[in-house]
Amino acid sequence: MRNRNCGNPIVCRCEEVREKAIVEAIRNGAHDVDAVRRVLRAGMGLCQGKTCGPLIARLIARETGKSMPVLLPARARPPVRPVKIRVLSEK
Amino acid sequence: MEKKVEVLIVGAGPAGLSAAIEVARGGARVLVVDENGVAGGQLFKQIHRFFGSRDHSAGVRGFEIGTRLLRECENAGVEIMLNSVVWGLFPDMTAGVVFFNKHNVAVRAERIILSCGASENTLNFPGWTLPGVMGAGAAQTMMNIHRVLPGKEAIMVGSGNVGLIVGYQLIQAGCQVKAVLEILPEVGGYKVHANKLARLGVEILTSWTVVEARGREKVEEVVISRVDSKLQPMAGSKRTISADLVCMAVGLSPLAELAWMAGCRFGYFPLLGGFVPLHGANLETTLPGIYVAGDISGIEEASTAMEEGKLAAVSVLESLKRISPAEAAGRRKVISQSLVSLRRGPYGDFRQKEKERIFREFEKVKEGSGGYH
Repeated sequence: MRNRNCGNPIVCRCEEVREKAIVEAIRNGAHDVDAVRRVLRAGMGLCQGKTCGPLIARLIARETGKSMPVLLPARARPPVRPVKIRVLSEK
Repeated sequence: MEKKVEVLIVGAGPAGLSAAIEVARGGARVLVVDENGVAGGQLFKQIHRFFGSRDHSAGVRGFEIGTRLLRECENAGVEIMLNSVVWGLFPDMTAGVVFFNKHNVAVRAERIILSCGASENTLNFPGWTLPGVMGAGAAQTMMNIHRVLPGKEAIMVGSGNVGLIVGYQLIQAGCQVKAVLEILPEVGGYKVHANKLARLGVEILTSWTVVEARGREKVEEVVISRVDSKLQPMAGSKRTISADLVCMAVGLSPLAELAWMAGCRFGYFPLLGGFVPLHGANLETTLPGIYVAGDISGIEEASTAMEEGKLAAVSVLESLKRISPAEAAGRRKVISQSLVSLRRGPYGDFRQKEKERIFREFEKVKEGSGGYH
């Protein structure tokens, strides 16, 4: 029994972004969590990066040698929780 | 739609409820908003007895404390809105709240206490998205709230108190715990919890971690490995264990998005969970009128969360001139002493030091610049 994609696990499960894609984005210059989000949508799903944010920060730290305090979480934007657009647009 | 409240509290866990009771008793109008269907935060899944002194409800089980807090809320006239989500917090002290998945309301508050709690950290080893891999807190919710056994054979990853306590409760619920893995050379949680597991014959493997979960539709087996001094898996040390449940108890992070969005300044305090909104000893953040209490202000325990809730409430009441500065100082002193006593000993000293470091960073930011935002 073995996993497919064993060397390339999912990092952001909401948007189904895998580790290799993130590492490639980092090597192409996405050196903070926000940049990775902009390139790949990682952290833009239902949980808004609560699960994958720290994992992505760790990958950036590993690839770039930046230390954790410098790696801020992705910019928090409203809505931080899944909310229906219909509800927000009602007067 | 708009609504004005005197005090808005985000999160109805131990910190939020304790704050709400004190604020309401002080005569201020308070609204508590929580996204869950039940108030009490994590208390209602905590079936173990609390530690500490009698003043801190030692010997009482978490859900009993939750019941008591809810009764006190009712007596004090606290308004709690459940199934209601705060989706944004803006610098003019307005919160975007969707009540009952239906009504979007701009809630304007004179004071805000953020007691949003924390979220569980995770590890992304191959197979971690298979059904059967979950946070230890999630497993505890399934067992103790929904009465659903999350698996029959479990591997617990992490030997902090969450891992040890949930591991023990899995056994109580009828699950076999095959091993508790700890990546560090030492067990993280209280000895008394570790001993309970050891007495039942559960192996606690230090310097071991999970490297893979395998299965067709769900977890069927788990690969674990010994780690070297750099915490990297060592070649040739892998073991495969049959299991259908992997619980991750690898720490918590403060749920602080609302504080980030509002513009609070942050510091990085890895021993307290990472980025924490800087706050003074009275729990006010760098934004006047916004306070923090409980895990959002640094990961600790329910007992400290409740004391912090009271402390934030005293600061709020003082700033609203509901109590005199002298009364506030007196009450603050009692609560602060209580907090100091909770942050003592081998599992408390570092928290006391880190909290003091937060207060110092806060003062620096108040005087000039610094802090992340």
